Amino acid sequence: MSKQIDINDLNIYYGNFLAVEGVNLTVRANSVMSFIGPSGCGKSTVLRCINRMHEVVPGARAEGAVRLDGENIYGPNVDPVLVRRTIGMVFQRPNPFPTMSIYDNVVAGLRLEKTKGDKRNLDEVVESSLRGANLWEEVKDRLKKPGASLSGGQQQRLCIARAIAVEPKVLLMDEPCSALDPISTLAIEDLIRELRERYTIIIVTHNMQQASRVSDMTAFFNLAAVGKPGKLIEVGPTQQIFTNPQEKQTEDYISGRFG
Amino acid sequence: MSVVETQKAGLEGQLSGRRLPRWSTPALAGGALIVGLIVQLTGWTVVGLAPGVIAAVVFLLGQAIASLAIEGRRHSKDRIATTLIYATFVVALTPLLWILITVLVKGLSVFDWTFFTSTMRNVSPRQPGGGILHAFLGTLEQVGIATLVSVPIGLLAAIYLVEFGKGRLKFWISFFVDVMTGVPSIVAGLFIYTALILTGVLQQSGFAAALALCILMIPVVIRSSEEMLKIVPNDLREAALALGVPKWKVILRIVVPTAISGLITGAMLAVARVAGETAPLLLTTFLAQDINLNAFNGSQTSLPTFIWDQISRGTSSSVNRAWGAALALILFVLIIYAAARILAARFAPKSR
Repeated sequence: MSKQIDINDLNIYYGNFLAVEGVNLTVRANSVMSFIGPSGCGKSTVLRCINRMHEVVPGARAEGAVRLDGENIYGPNVDPVLVRRTIGMVFQRPNPFPTMSIYDNVVAGLRLEKTKGDKRNLDEVVESSLRGANLWEEVKDRLKKPGASLSGGQQQRLCIARAIAVEPKVLLMDEPCSALDPISTLAIEDLIRELRERYTIIIVTHNMQQASRVSDMTAFFNLAAVGKPGKLIEVGPTQQIFTNPQEKQTEDYISGRFG
Repeated sequence: MSVVETQKAGLEGQLSGRRLPRWSTPALAGGALIVGLIVQLTGWTVVGLAPGVIAAVVFLLGQAIASLAIEGRRHSKDRIATTLIYATFVVALTPLLWILITVLVKGLSVFDWTFFTSTMRNVSPRQPGGGILHAFLGTLEQVGIATLVSVPIGLLAAIYLVEFGKGRLKFWISFFVDVMTGVPSIVAGLFIYTALILTGVLQQSGFAAALALCILMIPVVIRSSEEMLKIVPNDLREAALALGVPKWKVILRIVVPTAISGLITGAMLAVARVAGETAPLLLTTFLAQDINLNAFNGSQTSLPTFIWDQISRGTSSSVNRAWGAALALILFVLIIYAAARILAARFAPKSR
């Protein structure tokens, strides 16, 4: 059961600095949306606002609404912890917990939050999550080994397994392949296409081929100049954005001409 | 000669230069030692420098000049820097080894079974014999209480500073921790003496001594724990938060376990730091010649105050006992340090 995301008039600040201005965006359930744009345009910042990770940075805040099937996650009584349990996140660099085994890494979210994990058999969760992340065959014989013993690509898939073990509705991925080699990248991209069946996925990427390979919709962000806020320039079906963009800025960016 | 070989030869000519032969370093060192020996034997000297210093200077200059003549400026400078670095290492290590060897030689002479199992009860200063059991137990109790109080306070303060603190409060806590790190140990003793003992809250006791040690220990624990918590990558905190784990659990289950080996090392080093304190103990608990297991009642001896006491008696057998106690104290700290390393290695995050 994945959910739809609607972003309305989102303004994002770091202290008094307006980092991203006026984002309006809809991500349909069971679809993959990619965020592209130059460095510093705010695409990762927007992504982190969708599960309220943005406010973890001291002084950072957001105004506007992000709705998950209609419910505003910036509403007055919303608990960010519950939001993050529903909207999972995978980061740019693989970050398995170094003190935990592969097994413990996968169930970390359940173990640390007992309310949900009690009834389900942890062994089953580990197997299904690792299968879901295409990692089971590679690690099934060494689940007790430390998570840090895996290769970078395997670690990233472990992080994806960890994120889906808590059964989120939405998966946010912040440049999940930028630290990986092409083979691991291919594995992750295949995985994203499979995960689309069960989750709504938003992926930030600098790799436009990747965006065109994995996503249904693409959103292009840009900023007028350094120090100015980033803006959502154009959003549309990936095919259209890459072949027939409506905005000149988008066309310049995807064809490699800037300014 | 083929073209390739000619080019190769030319390349070698550009990229390799003349070097001092390998035997030059031992040869120069030997020469410098002979110069030093001559200075030693003839008594002739330059501005009163010791023969060893003259030998070192001769070696440094000789090597620099030989290198400059044959290898060029850069290699010469490299050799000067290398020699100076090794020399400072030797200078720094000498007093340390000297102390260790002296303590070892003098201390071992009194080490026997009774030295560890008896006290100074009914042993006069002139008599040989007697032991450090009472002092060792006193040190264990005082340092143990100080650790039990300081480590939780220090760790929690460090967690506040790293995970929660911001703005003025963080600044001032940080500032006073820095100030407290520099407080001379006798001031800590004087503080407990005037604030708690003179006012009648406590009497002179092992507990009062432990409180004085806490004042010295807490800032050390805070500083070391803070540094250890700071190096836990922010990625891990974010990964756990993004899983929907509440912040307190992130700290308890992810941040602290990741840093645990460093935290243990820091705490143990703080223990080692205060185990040798003397001045604050003399003010807060003074001395006893027998075992006093009750830390809340009456004077208690510890190893440092035992050493101070025995040296001040001035007889040869009491000074020997002081050396023995000094060796025991060094061994005690060494064991704590070794235990810290073993514990830290056990809990450290593993990668295979």
